[in-house]
Amino acid sequence: MYDRREPLIPTIGTVTDIRIDTPDVKTFRVVTLDGKKAFEHIPGQCAMLSIPGVGEAMFSITSSPTNEEFMEFSIKKCGCLTDWLHAMDVKQQLTIRGPYGNGFPVDTEFVGKDLLFIAGGIGLAPLRSVINYVRHYRGRYGKVDIVYGSRSMQDLVDYNEIIDEWAKDAGISVHLTIDREQPEWDGHVGFVPNYVKELGFAPNRVAVLCGPPIMIKFTLSGLFELGFDKTQVYTTMELRMKCGIGKCGRCNIGSKYVCKDGPVFRFDQLDELPSEY
Amino acid sequence: MLKYRINKLNELFSSIAENRLLYIPSDGTDGRAHYTRWQDGIVLSDKLNTVRSAKDFFFPQSENLIEFERNGKEIKVNDIRKEPEDFVIFGVRACDAASFDILDRVFLSEPVDSYYASRREHGIVMTLACDRPAETCFCTTFGIDPACPGGDISCWQSGDWIYIEANTEKGKVFLNGLDLAMEQCDENEIAEDKKVICERIGKLPINNLPMDCFGAGKTETYFNDPAWAKLSESCLGCGTCTFVCPTCQCYDIKDFDTGSSIRRFRCWDSCMYSDFTMMSAGQPRPTQLERFRQRFMHKLVYFPENNDGIFGCVGCGRCLSRCPISMNIVKVIKNLGGNSNV
Repeated sequence: MYDRREPLIPTIGTVTDIRIDTPDVKTFRVVTLDGKKAFEHIPGQCAMLSIPGVGEAMFSITSSPTNEEFMEFSIKKCGCLTDWLHAMDVKQQLTIRGPYGNGFPVDTEFVGKDLLFIAGGIGLAPLRSVINYVRHYRGRYGKVDIVYGSRSMQDLVDYNEIIDEWAKDAGISVHLTIDREQPEWDGHVGFVPNYVKELGFAPNRVAVLCGPPIMIKFTLSGLFELGFDKTQVYTTMELRMKCGIGKCGRCNIGSKYVCKDGPVFRFDQLDELPSEY
Repeated sequence: MLKYRINKLNELFSSIAENRLLYIPSDGTDGRAHYTRWQDGIVLSDKLNTVRSAKDFFFPQSENLIEFERNGKEIKVNDIRKEPEDFVIFGVRACDAASFDILDRVFLSEPVDSYYASRREHGIVMTLACDRPAETCFCTTFGIDPACPGGDISCWQSGDWIYIEANTEKGKVFLNGLDLAMEQCDENEIAEDKKVICERIGKLPINNLPMDCFGAGKTETYFNDPAWAKLSESCLGCGTCTFVCPTCQCYDIKDFDTGSSIRRFRCWDSCMYSDFTMMSAGQPRPTQLERFRQRFMHKLVYFPENNDGIFGCVGCGRCLSRCPISMNIVKVIKNLGGNSNV
């Protein structure tokens, strides 16, 4: 038996629960064959999931590291592998390797600060890990605001968790919005960037942004209008990946590899990279 | 330093091949040099270099990584890795030998790639000095000395002799283990040959390209250079440059259904291809300009930025002779920053 460690060789996981979040997003719960978590991670880090013969791709780990029993992945149906994952049933095995990337500075730069999370659509997936980590270590952080928007009510990921848990926590304010009016919706209607400006957050906090590029662009300029500085705003990037360890050569932005130097970047760091993403 | 009669080269090869696989550049039926498994009758090529680089020995064009068995909802992983056989590559030129240092920086940095690492451990690199460098050679631009070709063991052909010198401990042990009567000699015997090589390459047209303006910290200088549009205009995106390049190491990982199992393999990929970065969410490099720029920015700026200033090119000249539209890294170097015309 060849005993050298090899980062490209995955371990086997089992899907123990599948939750339907939206018409095109499901959340998959994964444990190893002996029922444990595959590995420890930092909020914002990712894992390579694969169905052999179908494909392998990078997904952000949606569950918090403080969850000691399992990992969760909220995955949008948008390609060959994700179509397959959406069609499978519980008890299906898959392969998993990781963790990859740097993660959010939850134990350093975020500590003691007021936090503002802003997400659009499936962009909530990587933030859910941080939000639940922050909720777990509530005393370490200041006030928390969460602005989350989607096309419609039905497209809000983790809706029950947001309403039943996050919104009920002391010191956490949740601001939901949907793009267009719906009869059963009595909350805010409008796009995320405008809503953020309307809410008018004081620029003395750390902001974390994740969502479609157009949302990022306009939200960012809104934050600057409110007086935020690039050094206070974080985001997490997504590019095509194969290895996850900075060797296969495709996920670079300039000299940085998103898989190992990212996926989390501050906007002042992104500013130093060419605009090729 | 040791020397051995050149007319007994076959005995040297035979001795090496006793315990290891030996590969040497030999002329194929196409009249070009290719690394060939040595056996009696395989003759060392007199061509300057092989069509493909020597990177294949450590980073093959395609290799199996793992095997999976899928049975209903169950998956089994089979680790199919094996200890590679010991092998020797003879006749590697200084440029290709230098490319291994570049590949090492990618594959041997943490987390170490075990497939590459084990081949590196089992391989011995015997280089051969370039007594007749070609017009497409520019290794000296990157501080590579074709008269001192490096690797585990350096060799020089001169007159009736082949001169042999071990550079690494591994090379020394290997040479000592060969059952051959080699003569001890003074390295001054080839001093004149080395001088001639240096003089020859010194007269070649692109032996000393200006590299000072490239390297770490130059992304902003060149990323939006208007020259990219013209340079990339005719690029066919065929990827030939990346495949013949000894330092290009981008790869793809794919699965193949054998009928009884799923074989996950790795193969060379190219940043010149559109699907290299294609995602369901979009395409960060939508046209050939961005792909072309990526290849050269990587070699001239990004790689040195992450690797102590070392460029991702060894000046072997393969891309110069193989590109169907005669575009190459030399033209890129000469034309960026508002320099001369293509």
